[in-house]
Amino acid sequence: MSLEPQIAMSPTPVAPSRRKWGRGLSATVGFVATVFLTFLGLLAITFFIGRVIPIDPVLAVVGDRASNEVYEAARVAMGLDQPLPVQFFHYVVNVFSGDLGQSVSTGRPVVEDLSRFFPATLEMATIGIIIGVALGVPLGVIAASRQGSVIDQIIRVVGLLGYSMPAFWLGLVGLALFYARLRWVGGPGRLDIFYDGLVEPVTGLLLVDSLIKGEFEIFWNAVHHLILPASVLGFFSLAYIARMTRSFMLDQLSQEFVTTARVKGVPERVVIWRHAFNPIRVPLITVIGLSYAGLLEGSVMIETVFSWPGIGNYLTTALLNADMNAVLGSTLVIGAVFIFINKISDVLYRVLDPRAR
Amino acid sequence: MATRDWLLDDSPSSRWQANAGRAYRVFTALLRNPLSVVGGVIIIVLILTAILAPWLAPYSATGQDLANRLAPPSSLHWMGTDELGRDIFSRVIWGSQITLTIVLLVALISAPLGLLVGAVSGYFGGWTDRLLMGFTDIFLSMPKLILALAFVAALGPGINNAIIAIAITSWPAYARIARAETLTIRNAEFIAAVRLQGASPLRVIVQHVLPLCTSSMIIRVTLDMAGVILTAAGLGFIGLGAQPPLPEWGAMISRGRTFILDQWWVATMPGFAIIIVSLGFCFLGDGLRDVLDPKSEGK
Repeated sequence: MSLEPQIAMSPTPVAPSRRKWGRGLSATVGFVATVFLTFLGLLAITFFIGRVIPIDPVLAVVGDRASNEVYEAARVAMGLDQPLPVQFFHYVVNVFSGDLGQSVSTGRPVVEDLSRFFPATLEMATIGIIIGVALGVPLGVIAASRQGSVIDQIIRVVGLLGYSMPAFWLGLVGLALFYARLRWVGGPGRLDIFYDGLVEPVTGLLLVDSLIKGEFEIFWNAVHHLILPASVLGFFSLAYIARMTRSFMLDQLSQEFVTTARVKGVPERVVIWRHAFNPIRVPLITVIGLSYAGLLEGSVMIETVFSWPGIGNYLTTALLNADMNAVLGSTLVIGAVFIFINKISDVLYRVLDPRAR
Repeated sequence: MATRDWLLDDSPSSRWQANAGRAYRVFTALLRNPLSVVGGVIIIVLILTAILAPWLAPYSATGQDLANRLAPPSSLHWMGTDELGRDIFSRVIWGSQITLTIVLLVALISAPLGLLVGAVSGYFGGWTDRLLMGFTDIFLSMPKLILALAFVAALGPGINNAIIAIAITSWPAYARIARAETLTIRNAEFIAAVRLQGASPLRVIVQHVLPLCTSSMIIRVTLDMAGVILTAAGLGFIGLGAQPPLPEWGAMISRGRTFILDQWWVATMPGFAIIIVSLGFCFLGDGLRDVLDPKSEGK
């Protein structure tokens, strides 16, 4: 799972403008335009994958035993008799009106399936990023303040493992160890089988739903099942976040104002957590945002391992059944969320960093 | 000693001598960095294993021995056997060929493609640049793995299509690097000199711009290889990459999923191979970056 950063550490200098509001407005318009264009690009790619690459998309839908009339009818119904730009236009209109087509394997509209499966993924990725941030940031700070120490070496190794260990493998090993051997955590799935369907979905997030209904037993069961996959995801974001925090902190600790503070006799704890840490909060937000987006992607593998009924599992099942509408729908949703989080963290960086203003 | 003097000569008398001297300096600098030595050794071992697989593997990759199915690791079967009684150690060794093929082909397809797009974009500037980079940025802001999955779904499962899908998703990063490098050398005087001599844009790009981009490309490609191996293994794990009975490491882990609770070795052993090889590329890439690109040291 790669979370290679594509962030700009040095903000692009913005020429001082006469009127603040005018600039803010044009920045907003620019932001909306880039997001829109990128999203259109995503649509073009999914359209290309769904309509252009397959030799015969009609055959994929009706099967090779269909009669000529059925085939022709399906071809016209899918709009394939029209030129490609027209087809693309229809596709874009459909997507924006919330129509992603029918899933062949579940028989329901893809949009309905996705809204049912998305909360499970969101829940897992959110707990994962919380684990990653809660451990990764302090570890990175400590590693930077004690460069070359044992903990620094450990962070280094963890960081490298985060880049070279397959997420699905770590999940399997975790299951073998913590579920099968030690019995510390629940097995695959979101709940034990006899709790399944007892809580009516309100938000779709089991932890929230069970608390709303006051079902603490179910809440603990859900925690039991969630903790291992979320920790595996958390490990990968921890590796990345700790590495980036360490490198940001090292930059700050070598600055002159840090030396000044130390010479003045400011306690080391204050130097590290106030003088050095405060300035890196802004770039850290970008890192965390990217990492969160990366987790949504990484959960595809993890969900397969843990039979987690999320969007990733839906995607892989659809892939194996050659259910192209479902595949493209999931790709579109994951891609859109990914782009959105990316751009939002980019904007936050500009808004929060006074130098970029 | 004479060879060394020849290599380190300050005023090389031929292009060949200059190149050899530079390669020698990079090589000795790499040897001083313990981690890059470890990385280099891992990659060399991987290459040797792939070449010598027929002689190194104690058993065949596909030969079944149902009497010995799911045997734990022992002196006969160092990594145990799988559900068809195949020796896992032998399959891991044969699998190195597949991993090496994937890595090489992805690098050979995506790096030149990205290099070309980036160099053209940076050299011509203007609308060419805006168009190509807009396209690149759209690809860059997509989740790579998901995109690769969708491509394989359309192309059909299989190792060749997996390679194509991974290559399609990894060229944009290279295009960005090549463009940045091109922008810094585009206005150099030697480029102007070549142009005044009447060289065509094609000649300038291929002969003078591209060679200067290679060192930063090599670093990036090496660092990316770990990611490529993980993506390929992921595709194999889901069942869209290499198909059985090919001994691809990700697909082997996927087969072992069913037995993870009792016969842990089936799924875990190939994972160690993936980790070691990926680490090797990370180490070597880090080392190369420190040597070839001292500016970004310690990042």
